[in-house]
Amino acid sequence: MPGMAEQTTVDAAEIAHFSAMAADWWNPDGKFAPLHRLGPLRLGFIKEEVATVFGRSATAADALEGLRVLDIGCGGGLVAEPLTRMGATVVGADASPENIGIARAHAAESGLSIDYRATTAEALAAEGERFDVVLALEIVEHVADVPLFVSACGALVKPGGLAVFSTINRTTKAYLLAILGAERVLRWLPPGTHSYDKLVRPAELAAAMASAGLTPRAETGVVFDPLRSAWKRSADMDVNYMMAAVKG
Amino acid sequence: MTHADMTPVEEPGALRTDVLIAGGGYVGLSLALALRSADPTLAVAVADPVPAAVAAADARASAIAAAARRMLAALGVWEEIAAASEPILEMVVTDSRLADPVRPVFLTFGDRAVPGEPFAHMVPNGVMVGALRRRAEAAGVVFVPEAIADFAVAPGSVTARRAGGGRVAARLLVAADGARSRLRDLAGIRTVGWSYGQSGIVTTVEHERPHGGRAEEHFLPAGPFAILPLPGNRSSLVWTERTADAERLVALDDFTFALELERRFGHRLGAVRPVGPRRAFPLGLTVARAFVAPRFALCGDAAHGIHPIAGQGLNLGFRDVAALAETVVEAHRLGLDIGAVDLLRRYERWRRYDTVEMAMVTDGLNRLFSNDLAPVRLIRDVGLGLVDRLPRLKRAFIGRAAHEGADGPRLLRGEAL
Repeated sequence: MPGMAEQTTVDAAEIAHFSAMAADWWNPDGKFAPLHRLGPLRLGFIKEEVATVFGRSATAADALEGLRVLDIGCGGGLVAEPLTRMGATVVGADASPENIGIARAHAAESGLSIDYRATTAEALAAEGERFDVVLALEIVEHVADVPLFVSACGALVKPGGLAVFSTINRTTKAYLLAILGAERVLRWLPPGTHSYDKLVRPAELAAAMASAGLTPRAETGVVFDPLRSAWKRSADMDVNYMMAAVKG
Repeated sequence: MTHADMTPVEEPGALRTDVLIAGGGYVGLSLALALRSADPTLAVAVADPVPAAVAAADARASAIAAAARRMLAALGVWEEIAAASEPILEMVVTDSRLADPVRPVFLTFGDRAVPGEPFAHMVPNGVMVGALRRRAEAAGVVFVPEAIADFAVAPGSVTARRAGGGRVAARLLVAADGARSRLRDLAGIRTVGWSYGQSGIVTTVEHERPHGGRAEEHFLPAGPFAILPLPGNRSSLVWTERTADAERLVALDDFTFALELERRFGHRLGAVRPVGPRRAFPLGLTVARAFVAPRFALCGDAAHGIHPIAGQGLNLGFRDVAALAETVVEAHRLGLDIGAVDLLRRYERWRRYDTVEMAMVTDGLNRLFSNDLAPVRLIRDVGLGLVDRLPRLKRAFIGRAAHEGADGPRLLRGEAL
């Protein structure tokens, strides 16, 4: 079992405080259910990109061995934990100290050693941190200044390294499906989770990447298949999509 | 479930594994082998108190459909099994009464799942289990020679208590412990189903003339009487009777039993003689209400038991194995928690509909044929009742193309995971 920690250095009181909330984050039927369902697709795309860029096996269970990975906006750690199991050394960053507490408590339960920090991409970049892989999943649509955020992400990637973004397009279809549909009708997400004006078009993201020294190399649409109750990749990038880029 | 006497805290020396499989029959062994073959980084343990030599001595034979055979080939055990198995090249079905001098054939199957591939093989259980066990041992599966007495699920792991008192910590516990699954009861998963009031007598016969790879199923009033070809001039029988009659029959002296058998078997293959042990198994239908729970999955007979009328019980179990192995391996390769119930539900969705459908088809066939009511006989003999059932009936016998298609588990198409 790769990445299993012998010991963790987590404050016991902190675990008690956050473990109830961690249970909520990690409940596959709870309010973060949509993120749980997205898990296999997002991880599959990330793993394929890592395998290609770093010359790893796309089927090996430890394909990320030895890679330093940053997960910006890590939330409760839904992506950071699988990446750690795949062998990566993961730093999980989230601006919310509460999320970081939840993520730490759950990693302790899972017996995984993950460096969670309540910080931002800009602060990490300023500290001179560098990573083989930088992930910004479901976060671009929440930041105040997209080009500034993407440039901080770019600065965090080592030359030749990989950056992966996933977000929501700014289209009428996205408004209908991701905002009206997911928030108001299906109630997958609390109302107000996304605001239309902050959604980002693929061309805008690609332009911000280019200015940050990131060269886009792969992209995919992400659509929900109601028959299988699962997300799948698609050429249709009108609503959810992912983009990968290499530095330099 | 949390038991007062069981805490998930690990004790020194406790065995740690990724997947713990309770039950070392063909289901547990093929699952263990499929997981290890796909990914040697997955630690897999099988717990079963039955010694390997005892399991390998099982003289009964089972029908293995083409899809299951392809999976055994993909797992590297088919070659060893094939030497002891007999292909079923043709199958005929008759609807008849014991007194009928000639049994009119109303269905014949010469169909192949794939051209050139027999639609099923008769395989000796002991040979199959022995081959799977040797291969699993070579692949690094850990064997625990004890039953699982109890288990407790915690957020990060499941801790099982062995009958001898030791513990095993795992991320996923699979119950492959058969029709009367103890772990299924411990998990609080109920079943739906009913008894057929019938028992299946299983035995082997020797006959004068070669069977030519032909299987026969005679729908006699008490239930189906199936003759399945074995290597040489031998055949395996699955002989259904009302339970009281079945018990009376297996208790008969050899001479009288042989006479009763001959009345049903007919004289097409010349003189016939029962050989080997005979046993009667009560028949019923059971389907578990859920196939999964957090860190827990049911596989094979622990999840379902169906009527043997179409010889599909074993094949349902192999389909479970193929679907569960693929679900777990894909999750493991993405670093996901292999015991998470949302991932396990993919396996459940994949299997439960298919299982219920097969249970209903076999149930319906049994109800249609296991009686001697004149109007029912008339309708089914004229064929009116059968015309629209025919494709489903054939599918039930041959193994469904849908599950060998692009959407089915990869192992059933003979592909490695």
